[in-house]
Amino acid sequence: MDVLDLSRWQFGITTVYHFLFVPLTIGLSVIVAGLQTAWYRTRNPDHLRLTRFFGKLFLINFAMGVVTGIVQEFQFGMNWSAYSRFVGDVFGAPLAMEGLIAFFLESTFLGLWIFGWDKLSPRLHLAAIWLAALGTNISAYFILAANSWMQHPVGYRLNPAGGRAELTDIWAVLGNSTTLVTFPHVLFGAFVTAGAFVAGVSVWQLSRGREVAMFRGSARMAMVVTLVAAAGVALSGHWQAQIMTEQQPMKMAAAEALWDDETSAGFSLFAVGDVENGRNHVNVQIPYGLSLLATNTTDGRVEGVNDIQSRYEALYGPGDYRPVVGLAYWSFRLMIGFGVLAGLLALAGLWLTRRGRLPSGRWFHRLAVAGIGLPFLANSLGWIFTEMGRQPWTVFGVMRTAAAVSPGVDVTEVSITLAGFTLVYAALAVIEVRLLLKFIRIGPHEETEPAGAVPALTY
Amino acid sequence: MELTTVWFVLIAVLWTGYFVLEGFDFGVGILLPVLGRTASERKMIVAGIGPVWDGNEVWLLVAGGATFAAFPEWYATLFSGFYLPLFVILLALIMRGVALEYRGKSDGTRGWDRAFFWGSLGPAFLWGVAFANIVRGVPLDADHEYAGTLLTLLNPYALLGGAATLVLFTLHGAVFLALKTTGQVRERAGRAVRLLAPAALVVGGAFLLVTQLVTGKPITWLTVALAAGALAGALAATLRGRDGWAFAANAVAIVAVTATLFICLWPNVMPAVDPAHSLTVHNAASTPYTLTVMTWVAAIFTPVVLAYQAWTYWVFRKRLTQPQVEVS
Ligand code: HDD
Ligand code: HEM
Ligand code: HEM
Repeated sequence: MDVLDLSRWQFGITTVYHFLFVPLTIGLSVIVAGLQTAWYRTRNPDHLRLTRFFGKLFLINFAMGVVTGIVQEFQFGMNWSAYSRFVGDVFGAPLAMEGLIAFFLESTFLGLWIFGWDKLSPRLHLAAIWLAALGTNISAYFILAANSWMQHPVGYRLNPAGGRAELTDIWAVLGNSTTLVTFPHVLFGAFVTAGAFVAGVSVWQLSRGREVAMFRGSARMAMVVTLVAAAGVALSGHWQAQIMTEQQPMKMAAAEALWDDETSAGFSLFAVGDVENGRNHVNVQIPYGLSLLATNTTDGRVEGVNDIQSRYEALYGPGDYRPVVGLAYWSFRLMIGFGVLAGLLALAGLWLTRRGRLPSGRWFHRLAVAGIGLPFLANSLGWIFTEMGRQPWTVFGVMRTAAAVSPGVDVTEVSITLAGFTLVYAALAVIEVRLLLKFIRIGPHEETEPAGAVPALTY
Repeated sequence: MELTTVWFVLIAVLWTGYFVLEGFDFGVGILLPVLGRTASERKMIVAGIGPVWDGNEVWLLVAGGATFAAFPEWYATLFSGFYLPLFVILLALIMRGVALEYRGKSDGTRGWDRAFFWGSLGPAFLWGVAFANIVRGVPLDADHEYAGTLLTLLNPYALLGGAATLVLFTLHGAVFLALKTTGQVRERAGRAVRLLAPAALVVGGAFLLVTQLVTGKPITWLTVALAAGALAGALAATLRGRDGWAFAANAVAIVAVTATLFICLWPNVMPAVDPAHSLTVHNAASTPYTLTVMTWVAAIFTPVVLAYQAWTYWVFRKRLTQPQVEVS
């Protein structure tokens, strides 16, 4: 493997790993803030206990999001210096705004929330968690604006003398059509994740017969969150697909294993393809599905991989402009599949627990707990699809990934950091999961009203 | 003032904020095994920075992001050039952050305390090494890519720089703990200040003197003198039991040291051994449009951030006492 391959593996591993924690942080911060608001309003001690219980799980996860985020901030310079030089003028701006506007907000107010139970008035303390939650959401917006610019570069011009991309319109970058559809999709994805997590943990507590009234409530609340968010993710994903068909037709063609331009194209359910020769051996389709989705007509024309390839060769010069088709195809399907499954599970859960019912079967508990994993898979596959589907470009149509890598870094160095991060991350994953399990097993504490009580220095 | 100058100053301010704030976090980590003899003492020491360490660390993240936005060439050259030292810093910051958040939630704290110690010591030393190299200049090629090796970075001057920041930050941690704690820990922290302040004067003084003689400008004599005076002031204040003044004086010392380095650097951002290849505020900068946009963003949000961070320190201004910590 050369520096390019190793750097790509490193970026993929560290970023997908960071994004295991991110969606849970985003969704859970809002859910915990919601629980605390419920307590603030009703003074029902169960709400406080749930706030504290899920708050602790949230913090365990948040810590991992923070430390893996530090690596993200510096990776572009370390492994992708040519990229950084080329795009810094445009891409650096949203990144710097994220730090100044979002990271300060979330970290400072989370510190206040953790240690401020007895130091702040209940109203201020509630405001602290909401501001931290706001920070996580703002951070998502800016980083997605940066990422969307790589998918669909806007608001810039190429400077031939400086050999770099230069910002000409910040509002175009922040209001990129790609960002506007990606942001809701990622947020809804985060709420699917946090909802399935809270639901799974609550049902597990129910399986132990603990605090039945309280955890039945939190389970149902979380299932509603999951269900609504799953609908949101489908709708926003759908808008994204439309935009993508227009902006990156190759990605859509690969996602559908559609080899040739077709009218009346079907939506593929299962395909076995022959990438070398650009055709499918087997392809089970919903007739007209793709044309209908992409153009709203049954005979609409959708572009295929082979034809786009020849058009791109004419446009960008010789080269292979196809992403790994099998990967794009399956990651797209599985993202949708796991997401739909999570939504269906939530729907089933709501049905089974309707009007005071509480199934005691082990399959119910097992499914709810297994359901925690589905959104994590869907999120990871979504990013793998988005990013791998853009290849060979790092900035679509402007800069190739092969040209982006640091010229001064050698194979030994990247191997060291790749191995180092992977090993440390693996060890931390074990520690994190153990801690989560420990506190889930311990369950919620009896809580006294914190006001005036002794400070909890280690929340 | 030209916008490139504004951003050079702003990035200097961000690093200064980082060193002043995270400097005492590092010092606390380094001193933990020495000053915390019992489990509850260690708990109190860690609780001292619990609410603020993450916010302090964001100064680094924003310094990185601001460098990317305002001086992309600087960001690219620095972090790809100082590749392995930066990797070690990142691993250390990871270990340290996880240790801080997980030690109170785990059954055993020994391993976490060790991670906290090394995760603080590593960056406290390596940031000094990095900045000494930046100021001194490193081999860069015509494309501004780093052309040296790992060993180029580990020269005696840079190691002296590392020793200087290590001692300074450790001292800063001691001064902070003397200010924040009570009882035995506070007494031990006071004793540590009395040992560390002279050491900081010697090591930091040597580093600043060499820096001044090699790359200094007339005006940096002022900041060098200010650093020395502030260190002496911190010691004097500690001897009189004026912990607040000691902390303020030591913070001034760190500001003065960082200011010295950045003034020496100006108008370069990464001087090269061959001056023709140096990165300067001009050839490393973003376009005036980007700098204008970022100036607006900074002008609007920096005061807000400073206000709520200052308020946080106000909320947690009280000294920690042990029984307080014992509960929870
Ligand atoms: C859609 C959301 C999203 C995405 C795509 C990313 N992040 Fe992230 N990041 C967050 C959402 C987020 C967050 C929700 O704001 C986190 C997660 C946990 C946390 O503490 O904040 C965070 C933490 C976090 C931190 C630590 C902040 C702190 O100390 O408080 C840094 C420096 C980064 N991220 C940087 C990045 C970079 C450079 C990315 C791109 C390669 C990236 N993140 C992808
Ligand atoms: C569960 C999922 C989905 C739902 C509920 C859904 C629903 C819809 C609706 C209501 C529209 C018309 C609204 C509009 O024009 O903006 C539409 C359009 C579209 N959909 Fe979907 N869709 C889903 C999944 C998909 C998928 C998986 C794809 C990609 C393969 C896709 C691609 C498109 C495209 C390209 C359009 C554009 C039509 C246009 O340009 O007018 N959709 N979808
Ligand atoms: C019906 C369901 C879904 C549809 C139609 C859909 C559609 C899409 C599309 C088209 C993209 C690629 C956008 C691009 O590259 O321009 C994408 C990316 C992504 N999806 Fe989905 N998705 C669905 C479900 C989910 C679920 C359930 C999750 C997570 C819980 C998820 C998480 C992601 C993530 C994290 C990305 C990468 C970021 C982005 O580009 O937005 N998706 N999705």
